[in-house]
Amino acid sequence: MSQTNQKHSEHRLPSPVANPENKAFLEAAQKDELLIKYCNSCKESHYYPRTICPHCGSDDTTWIKSAGLGEIYSYTVMRRGVEVPFAMAYVKLQEGISMLTHLTNCDFDSIRVGQKVRVVFQETQDGQKTHLFEPI
Amino acid sequence: MSSAANKYDACIAGIYEHPLRVAPDHTVAQLHAEVARGALLDAGLTLDDVDGYFCAGDAPGMGPVSMADYLGLKKLRYLDSTDTGGSSYLTHVNHAARAIAAGQCKVALITLAGRPKSEGSSGTQVRSQWASAPDFAFEKPYSPAPLNTYAMCAMRHMYEFGTTSEQLAWIKVAASHHAQHNPNAALKDVLTVDDVLNSPMIADPLHRADCCVVTDSGGALVVVHPDIAKTLKKPVVTMMGAGETTKGQMGGKVDLTYSGLAWAAPLAFKEAKLTPEQIRYASIYDSFTITVLIQLEDLGFCKKGEGGKFVEGGQLISGKGKLAFNTDGGGLCNNHPANRGGMTKVIEAVRQLRGEAHPAVQVPNLEFALASGIGGALGTRHGASVLIMGRLQ
Ligand SMILES: [Zn+2]
Repeated sequence: MSQTNQKHSEHRLPSPVANPENKAFLEAAQKDELLIKYCNSCKESHYYPRTICPHCGSDDTTWIKSAGLGEIYSYTVMRRGVEVPFAMAYVKLQEGISMLTHLTNCDFDSIRVGQKVRVVFQETQDGQKTHLFEPI
Repeated sequence: MSSAANKYDACIAGIYEHPLRVAPDHTVAQLHAEVARGALLDAGLTLDDVDGYFCAGDAPGMGPVSMADYLGLKKLRYLDSTDTGGSSYLTHVNHAARAIAAGQCKVALITLAGRPKSEGSSGTQVRSQWASAPDFAFEKPYSPAPLNTYAMCAMRHMYEFGTTSEQLAWIKVAASHHAQHNPNAALKDVLTVDDVLNSPMIADPLHRADCCVVTDSGGALVVVHPDIAKTLKKPVVTMMGAGETTKGQMGGKVDLTYSGLAWAAPLAFKEAKLTPEQIRYASIYDSFTITVLIQLEDLGFCKKGEGGKFVEGGQLISGKGKLAFNTDGGGLCNNHPANRGGMTKVIEAVRQLRGEAHPAVQVPNLEFALASGIGGALGTRHGASVLIMGRLQ
């Protein structure tokens, strides 16, 4: 397998940092679930998750489960200056919001903007799980 | 407030760029002091004249508290440590001009310095100061560094508008044409489009030559009341208009095709009562080639999506193209001190207005100049700041 053709699993992801606002998000990831925040006041989802809606300022926000389906909004393959090449991306979810992530289980040279992807979960350096996306 | 920074209300009287690009034997504080001294000498003023001081996150210790003591500033009555990354120093000029117009101070000193080259900090590394950002908890597993977050902007711009790597390369080529005349420039070789495209791909679609240099160095500015500027020997450069803002991921409604300058630049042009067509020289923040391309559109030099066509064929080369940019070689070839290129953007714009740029790149009879800054990362969160300056006739 060529260097740029590697499966993402060879890259040991740094671990997310827990805080009171992302506790539910991180716990869901351990169960292979992707949560996003939804605002009952303005009926909009947002990302990254926070207590107070960045679109309207309401604190009536709740966690909803994302379908984990979307498309690549943009991406880059980091090829140098890092231990193992990796593909970073913004994935735009069906729910209308984009999230920073990595792309996995794919040939890095064949990734395209607009490609359909779905969420997968992978262990980080200390065994926590976090979300990545793979082409469908 | 409409007249606060208008012509004649505040002037940039002193500029200095540290000549070193590698300074392993200097402390950061020492570099700040050397550039402060240089800019005050350039203005014909002394540390005793300074009653306003401005610095950002590159300053060691407790920002202005530590640096004012180190520098020996004894008459301060106005302080500002606004930190919007590399755009901070343009914002400082704007704030200094407003403070001077409001009678809060008369001689404002702005300093920047750092040693990222000696300390081994590069654009492929995650920035430690981002760690406390509330969004960082959701980004850390993915190692967002300056380079890869800008690269995603380039990729999206290419997707939406058909921008090409060749077009991005022309931006570096133009900067290298200017840098050959700058004896202090970190990179002095004139490059071709092929040179840029043949340099290693670092983060698709950005090649190594699409990136700025990493340098130790620094710079300083002195902004003064017009009454003081008139008594000094240098040509008077006046503040005409400014705009500043921030842009992030907007709750997940990510759009990587434009910068905060799309909002800030119209404010500056309105205040200066000028249009982009009247600007013949611009210092455009150039952390990467894509940074320049997106800003050219947001500043109004061309329509959104047409930046690629605007820059190709050497249109940014002074004396050859339609808009001279970064005639010192910019961050792409000359200097990007402390990983924050905003200071040097203002310095070269002032050199141009004074007629002190290298003769090979000086724009003749220049009346107006623009400087822009992007601080942080275009692809995640950034500060955006723009200044429009004029030469007093
Ligand atoms: Zn809301």
